[in-house]
Amino acid sequence: MASAAISPETGFAPMSAGRMLVFGGMALIVVGMVFGDIFAVFVLHQNGGRTGETLMAAAQAAAHRDGAGVREGFARVGALLEDRGTKIDTHVHMTDAGYLALLLALVQPYVALPSQRKKRLAKIFLVGSVMLPVGIFLIHYFGLLYSPFPAIGWASVLADTGGAVLIVALLGESWGLWRYFRGDRTGAEAGVPLDNSWSERTLLSGGTTLVLLGFLFGNWYAYFDLYAQEQGEVRILGMLVNQAEASSVAGMTDAVNQYGGLAASRAVSIAAHSHWIEFGLLALLLAFVQPYVFLSETWKRRWVKTLLAGSLTLPLFVLLELHFGLIAGGIADIAGLLVIVGLTGMLVGVVRHSGRAESVAA
Amino acid sequence: MSGSRKMLLFGGLILAAFGMLYGLHYALFIEHQILDGMGASLTEGFVAAASREMPQAQEAIEAYGAAKYKYVRQVDAHSHWGGLAMLLIVLGAVFDRVQLRENMRRWLAIGLLAGSVLFPFGVLLQSAGDGGMFASSLAVGGAAMVTVALAGVAAGFARRPE
Repeated sequence: MASAAISPETGFAPMSAGRMLVFGGMALIVVGMVFGDIFAVFVLHQNGGRTGETLMAAAQAAAHRDGAGVREGFARVGALLEDRGTKIDTHVHMTDAGYLALLLALVQPYVALPSQRKKRLAKIFLVGSVMLPVGIFLIHYFGLLYSPFPAIGWASVLADTGGAVLIVALLGESWGLWRYFRGDRTGAEAGVPLDNSWSERTLLSGGTTLVLLGFLFGNWYAYFDLYAQEQGEVRILGMLVNQAEASSVAGMTDAVNQYGGLAASRAVSIAAHSHWIEFGLLALLLAFVQPYVFLSETWKRRWVKTLLAGSLTLPLFVLLELHFGLIAGGIADIAGLLVIVGLTGMLVGVVRHSGRAESVAA
Repeated sequence: MSGSRKMLLFGGLILAAFGMLYGLHYALFIEHQILDGMGASLTEGFVAAASREMPQAQEAIEAYGAAKYKYVRQVDAHSHWGGLAMLLIVLGAVFDRVQLRENMRRWLAIGLLAGSVLFPFGVLLQSAGDGGMFASSLAVGGAAMVTVALAGVAAGFARRPE
């Protein structure tokens, strides 16, 4: 039934589940990346500075033999880490939900369910994809306000409900896939019409190369830095405790600065590793979307180059932030913007394609 | 559907399910205890310093370091199984586009799948056995398999179709 609704000219059924998932997925990735850029510019460094100050206050409380002050200091460190952690999780969950939506769009031809049910599942998936990161973001601000539970706040409930909604949608999609592999062809559609264009080939090979780069850097980090950083953290904390016992403000300040440097070094290494791999996966997924980008070949190539240039540059300059400070940080932020611009350009192409699909269907 | 494609798609799905189940088990039964232990050790270290009980303070900091060593590896194993499974599924969807002979593609798929299973498993074993040679070899070997196979796949994608 659904196959009849697919335009032979566009290969994309108007208002189909696949289309909703492509739109929704790309929009989630764009919003998640904009949020990540805002977080990097306005929250990350300030939060790191405050965490260092609070750790220093806890050490000074230890120097003044104030056990209660120490506990209070670490409680504040915990709150700052929660603030930072929930924002990173919001960024990660929103972009990852976007990747998953694109992946689900790819498998829609093999989901043997009536088209209405597929659309309902796509809507449920997208609703869960919004609820989960929004809930995570609010955890730090709502805490246990008006919560009847001893340890779980309303924001956590929203996030967990979003996660449960996603699981329901994924179970539904799995059920449809299972039916397809059992021979059921309800709602069967044509597969993704890859056409071996320059844009597709470049995204496939560029994406795999980015994943490879992320993997190579991860290997290098695990071999040369990880153990040294772990031992360094214990050494610095031991030093901070000793300086607190000696009531040496200069010694404590030095230890806290070293701790901040170590935390920054670890954060940029992990961010570079994960961003290269995630951008690689994004490029691979976007290769499948290319047949639906209704733009001239020249513009398609421009967006592909913009996206890949940003994907390569952002993690590289995040790494260089330790050596070149704000200049490298600024270049990394601009690279993030390039990825967002490339992605938005492709999204506009998909919107134009859908307009064409609807006009053909009409 | 070619054999290499099937291997990546079904291998990726099974690995994803396994990674999620491990993550669920870890989140429900292990993670909170480890995190509570880490926070308690760190606070205890500074409280002991406030009481000028330095041996206890250093002991608590060492306990924090040991707990964090385990925590990092357990979380890494979970996230790498999940991430690599997603990569296998995405590559599986388009693996016929790798411009190499099916025999070569099959070897690349075997390398990707075996490396994706072994590398996080080696990392997990490190947390159980304090970084033994076997665990480290497994992690390094698995990572090398994925790396070499990915290089082959990238080259295959970049080649023009015959």
